[in-house]
Amino acid sequence: MSTISRDEVARVAALARIDLRPEEVDRLAGELDVIVESIAKVNTVATPDVPATSHPLPMTNVFREDVPEPALPVEDVLAGAPDSEDGKFVVPQILGEE
Amino acid sequence: MTDLTRLSAADLADRLTRRESTSVEATQAHLDRIAAVDDKVKAFLHVSSEAALATAREIDARRAAGEELHPLAGVPIAVKDVVVTKGMPTTAGSKILEGWVPPYDATLVERIKAAGLPILGKTNMDEFAMGSSTEHSAYGNTHNPWDLDRIPGGSGGGSAAAVAAFEAPLAIGTDTGGSIRQPGAVTGTVGVKPTYGSVSRYGLIAMASSLDQAGPVTRTVLDSALLHELIGGPDHRDSTSIPKALPSLVAAARQGATGNLEGLRVGVVTELHGEGYQAGVIARFEESLALLEKAGAEIVEVSCPHFPYALDAYYLIMPAEASSNLAKFDGMRFGLRVEPEDGPVTAERVMAATRGQGFGDEVKRRIILGTYALSAGYYDAYYGSAQKVRTLIQRDFAAAFTETDVLVSPTAPTTAFKLGEKLDDPLAMYLNDVATIPANLAGVPGISVPNGLSDDGLPTGFQILAPARADDRLYRVGAALEHLLEAQWGAPLLASAPELSPPGSPRSAAGTSGDTEA
Repeated sequence: MSTISRDEVARVAALARIDLRPEEVDRLAGELDVIVESIAKVNTVATPDVPATSHPLPMTNVFREDVPEPALPVEDVLAGAPDSEDGKFVVPQILGEE
Repeated sequence: MTDLTRLSAADLADRLTRRESTSVEATQAHLDRIAAVDDKVKAFLHVSSEAALATAREIDARRAAGEELHPLAGVPIAVKDVVVTKGMPTTAGSKILEGWVPPYDATLVERIKAAGLPILGKTNMDEFAMGSSTEHSAYGNTHNPWDLDRIPGGSGGGSAAAVAAFEAPLAIGTDTGGSIRQPGAVTGTVGVKPTYGSVSRYGLIAMASSLDQAGPVTRTVLDSALLHELIGGPDHRDSTSIPKALPSLVAAARQGATGNLEGLRVGVVTELHGEGYQAGVIARFEESLALLEKAGAEIVEVSCPHFPYALDAYYLIMPAEASSNLAKFDGMRFGLRVEPEDGPVTAERVMAATRGQGFGDEVKRRIILGTYALSAGYYDAYYGSAQKVRTLIQRDFAAAFTETDVLVSPTAPTTAFKLGEKLDDPLAMYLNDVATIPANLAGVPGISVPNGLSDDGLPTGFQILAPARADDRLYRVGAALEHLLEAQWGAPLLASAPELSPPGSPRSAAGTSGDTEA
């Protein structure tokens, strides 16, 4: 597998919404490279005829009765919020434009 | 006078039922023990003295009134800090959740509270359960009670150390790749990863949803069975919980404790011992096998040819799922919020600044690895292939269980290593979980039972694996091995662990009234 460059780490960190310091990008580029090389081994046995398993026990269409239950009290939920007002979360400006 | 902290949970429960001790006495004894030794062990992130004693008083009153109570009512318990607890801080070992107090209880915590077990507090762990040594906690190291310079395992090092240091008779752990079993092995305690779906995941702060499973951390096999039955069973709030109850686990543990294993077929997994395993670990493993054989079990060697790929598949699936699960820590609704130092304060930039500051190194490493594995162009080669390996591992288990009832291996390849020894080498750290990961990928249950001391005088663990939903076999075989070993030793293994507090030190030290933050 290809090596993970510094630019690649920075690109993926942006996708993951994590600000990294330059020294963190340097270190991760080296570490991830080693890890990715080692795990590329899975490709040697994962041949096209093998089906993928996403869940350890096969379960499909799990339903329950649609019984209304009280939600958590709004004030309890907002008590842990960084900022709130009038029973709502206060968040920063969503769009980047002025 | 009996030291209530030295009793198994089952024996303590019996004393409480017979009214020879009260839950307040038992709870206070454990709080005193925490006050006496936890400055050395550092198993707890939060000690909840007042709430624990309040529960204990209530249970004592109800018992005095003649009420029929749960068998474990009044027996104190510690809970890993990745499990949400209403009104009690929950951080998952991360700075991003520092000071957060959940508005609800996990299902397993509801069941613990309904049964009347006083919750002593929350135990330390690797941040978001990512690690094998608890050194990735944002709140400092937990120390192995056998040697305070060594790791207690991870990610549930706090729960294992608390139980090993007699700070709690019972604890809750979670196991995504070995985080209950490996700490059990290196601290000389018992740890069980139940069948996936046997214990509700509702209220667990998820790392990898298809692998995570909560389970018991105790000093005896019977105690684990009692706790597993208490926390397990279907939950309508977790669609992956198994709808049908498991066979009786407590009955299986009691049957196992007779020491008779006639007719049982035990498979030794070729790929899970040998190269990379410490000599003392292998020696104790072979001796345990001989004991099982003497008890009537038939020992056969079985090959699971795809197990050598399990670690590689795990380190794709786990980070991929974690990168998705941890997206919720965005500084919007709970936990830390950090504004960027310069430039516009937009939601996206706040998220990135918050996550950059709030997550530790290992969490960043795994989120970025997972995001990479899931990103366009790499998905099929990494995540897709890893899921195929999962199928191959399941087939290996299915084939092995046609000719055996249980599979066995050493739980961890080595005993506890020194704090700091593997911190700068992620791959070496990941190798600790080589024997425990296959069970998570396949969803099958596993237990680690202490089976002696290696050449370095540190505990080793014996892992038993059973088919999905056959958790009862873990308890039968585990209890048999425990019985046979203790008959040889003349005492439980932990009786030979070093004393942490000098004899005659004050038993009711200061600091046990009122909640404390470690």
